Amino acid sequence: MNIVVLLKQTPDTESVIRIAPDGQSIVTQDLKWIINPYDEFAVEAALRLKEKHGGTVTIVSWGPQRVVESIRTALAMGADKGILLEDDALDGGDSLGVARALAAIVQGLQPDIVLCGSRAVDYDLAQRGPMVAELLGWPHLGLAVSLESDGSSVTIERPIEGGKVTLQATLPALVTMGGSHAVWNPRYASLPGIMKAKKKPLEMKKLADLGLSAEECGSQAAKIRIVSLEMPPERKPGRIIDDGLDTEGKAAALVKALHEEAKVI
Amino acid sequence: MADCVVSIAEFRSGNFRRVSFEVASEARKVADALNLPLYGIAVGSGVSDKAVELGYYGVDKVFVADDPALEHYVPEIYVPVVASLIEQWNPAAVLLPASVDGKDLSARLAARLQTGLAQDCIQVVCEDGVIKAKRPIFAGKCLAWCEWAEGALPMISCRPNVMDCKAADATRQAQVEKVTATLPESRSRALGVELDTTGKVELTEAEIIVSGGRGMKAAENFAILEALAKELGAAVGASRAAVDAGWRPHSDQVGQTGKVVNPNLYIAVGISGAIQHLAGMGSSKYIVAINKDPEAPIFTKADYGIVEDLFKFIPAFTEEVRKLKSTC
Repeated sequence: MNIVVLLKQTPDTESVIRIAPDGQSIVTQDLKWIINPYDEFAVEAALRLKEKHGGTVTIVSWGPQRVVESIRTALAMGADKGILLEDDALDGGDSLGVARALAAIVQGLQPDIVLCGSRAVDYDLAQRGPMVAELLGWPHLGLAVSLESDGSSVTIERPIEGGKVTLQATLPALVTMGGSHAVWNPRYASLPGIMKAKKKPLEMKKLADLGLSAEECGSQAAKIRIVSLEMPPERKPGRIIDDGLDTEGKAAALVKALHEEAKVI
Repeated sequence: MADCVVSIAEFRSGNFRRVSFEVASEARKVADALNLPLYGIAVGSGVSDKAVELGYYGVDKVFVADDPALEHYVPEIYVPVVASLIEQWNPAAVLLPASVDGKDLSARLAARLQTGLAQDCIQVVCEDGVIKAKRPIFAGKCLAWCEWAEGALPMISCRPNVMDCKAADATRQAQVEKVTATLPESRSRALGVELDTTGKVELTEAEIIVSGGRGMKAAENFAILEALAKELGAAVGASRAAVDAGWRPHSDQVGQTGKVVNPNLYIAVGISGAIQHLAGMGSSKYIVAINKDPEAPIFTKADYGIVEDLFKFIPAFTEEVRKLKSTC
């Protein structure tokens, strides 16, 4: 099975976010970069598919040179090769611009299945997978918390508000991953894996290699942009309910506060 | 010149989901600001009989695609049906729910219509004919204002439970027009749906959430939170630590790698308050923290803090809530 994972590098979820002086972007110095957790689930699901059906797992990513480190991590987990689209012309592009470039890479690879996170923990747009699928004219199944394939179709479970749906698509198809670390339990890169990863192929691409231009994928093509950032309103300091009360007394005081002051119960 | 504003509704199991009315109310404001009619799109199976309800919330004309094949949301089928309607018009904006299905539909639809999508917005403004939308990024650690390029169609998904919903005005009748949708050949389909019939409240739609963390110590201890939640009519959530420990299902996880929630009241029990958890619940209207460690970071975000052993405090608190409920 020819499997592609679309992987984004994001700041670690523990990161403190600060607004840059331009007011439109965040300060990226000092951030620790990781594989977007939902994309890490996609790597794990891809490796499980490969274990069952054989084939190759290709990691496709975009962004600056530092992204190489995340691709190498996925290779150390067991993926076979990587492709990084590194092109300044993508700067200022929107989701659709990036999706165009990713769809072009996928088209060149002719995979049976494409996996990626249902969302990224940075800009949280939840667009990459569905947009790439639309541009390819493929079916996509979103927010998978389980994934099974018999080699010609893929079946997932998708949690919805108040329940879950089972969905199926014939291949080729794109699946976006939901769930959590507890559901997917992504494997760690082993030491031998890390050594091997250094020798695995990693291809660098530019937009021109894909037959695309800045006009189609970069800032000129962007339909939407962030015009300003602001920090969420600071919460006013609260109060500790104590007053030397015992447990029951504090419980009664809290109920009173929630009922009479906050009026939420 | 634009000829309408569009509001897409979400229909499931015989009813519109409440967020559909929130979206219609918000879209009405945009339509009024631009002096345009508001068109509604309702897709589903058996949706025709209910379509008039969208009028109560400000929709002028509802376009209905009603077909048994549209019973469950399947992107490959829904997108062409919705897109073919929108493509007949020249809308000033398209608003839809940022529900599980809505977020998925909106993304694919934006690619189909070749436009930009502001996902999961908490505010929409329209000033001097220019539409802007505000959305949380980094799970609410920061907020971003988005604007569209000239000529691009603003597509906006609205976070449930955040935007004001008009009071239903049953005298306001919408015109309903049935459309015969040509359903595309599809390589994907829904095999089945399992709905939770226990009456459990969905986290992203809950008014009150009681959440447990590492301090709960074991899966079975969540029973005391369930008991409290029952008294309050609340949903039960969990921190990543509790989910990773296997005490609660992933669907209960609140935080940057779980659900971002915005209830009126969030009660954090035995949760220390890691930054990724604070991001997921920081926009709650009121926060209560119950933790025996007075230094826990959660107390810096809480409106009310209780420094106590949760195993003693929660039963006492539950009892006090019970007393209150029996007197009102």
